[in-house]
Amino acid sequence: MSEETQSGRGVHDLAPGEEDLDGSGVAEGLRGYLVGLVLALGLTGASFYFARSSLIWAPGVATALIVLAIAQMGVHLVFFLHITTGPDNTNNVLALAFGVLIVFLILAGSLWIMANLNHNMPSMDQVMQMQR
Amino acid sequence: MSALDAGQGRDPHHLGHSRPGRGQGGGAVEEDRGGPAPNRVVVGYGFWLFLLSDIVMFSGFFAAYAVLVGSTAGGPSGRQIFDLNTAAIETVCLLGSSFTCGLATLAVGARMKLKFYGAMATTFLFGALFLGLELHEFAGLIARGYGPQRSAFLSGFFSLVGCHGLHVTAGLLWLLTMMAQVFAKGFRRDVLNRMLCFSLFWHALDIIWVALLTVVYLIGAAP
Repeated sequence: MSEETQSGRGVHDLAPGEEDLDGSGVAEGLRGYLVGLVLALGLTGASFYFARSSLIWAPGVATALIVLAIAQMGVHLVFFLHITTGPDNTNNVLALAFGVLIVFLILAGSLWIMANLNHNMPSMDQVMQMQR
Repeated sequence: MSALDAGQGRDPHHLGHSRPGRGQGGGAVEEDRGGPAPNRVVVGYGFWLFLLSDIVMFSGFFAAYAVLVGSTAGGPSGRQIFDLNTAAIETVCLLGSSFTCGLATLAVGARMKLKFYGAMATTFLFGALFLGLELHEFAGLIARGYGPQRSAFLSGFFSLVGCHGLHVTAGLLWLLTMMAQVFAKGFRRDVLNRMLCFSLFWHALDIIWVALLTVVYLIGAAP
């Protein structure tokens, strides 16, 4: 009876698209969430430390914080949202890549065009400062 | 007829829709079931698309905030109003709630109702504490006259952080709904799918908070 699962049903009794869920893998799952929590807390702690201390050259602090934030987002994606390289995750990864592209276009495009507008058409108080 | 011919007969265009092990032959049952993707994968993919569109919407708020961050109109700047201690407690709350939400997912997988309720209740407490701290911060700012109408910077701040807070509020309501559904209906398949979507939603809120904490609070308060 090797094809009987814990729920008492045979493998072939499943409707298409269904799958058996049993209690296996709880310890593995717990380990994954614990690793994710420790990594996330560590990265957050590092962010707070670098924001408050003068360990990093002041103009570089923002870049360091953004790098740490992106690393932490990766930790969340892998350990909490379970985005993997497995075959059943290919669509998720592709959708994520497209989402990242759109987010990048919106952020970088907005900042770029607004900086350009500010440069070509300074606001009134900026003009006053230039004429001083 | 050889085994290879038989396989091609079942799946002439290599669509992978046949189920090895079902018809003649038997063989590999668990390695490659073929057939449609498991329910969990399809539901997760659909909800993942919604989450990505939500993140794209947030990127618009982030872009607005980043453009307006210098437009204080004589009002306070981020350095004067942000309290990093509150932000740190809020972050710990959200990270803890994400972890306990993961525990609730594991409890669902193992069909342990009591542990499920415990983990979900802890998640709710962490989330409610986060929301309380955020509302307290908002109320303090408005009481000092630094409401969203004070400057473009504060408008961007309130809409960005408030939008995340609204998402957390919706998540808390959803969380209570899931506890009630497990109580009333048990671990039914449709309840399991909703629980999967809820956990994805809650973890995605955490990702947005990481970006928010860095862009708004940490960089804003940095010297």
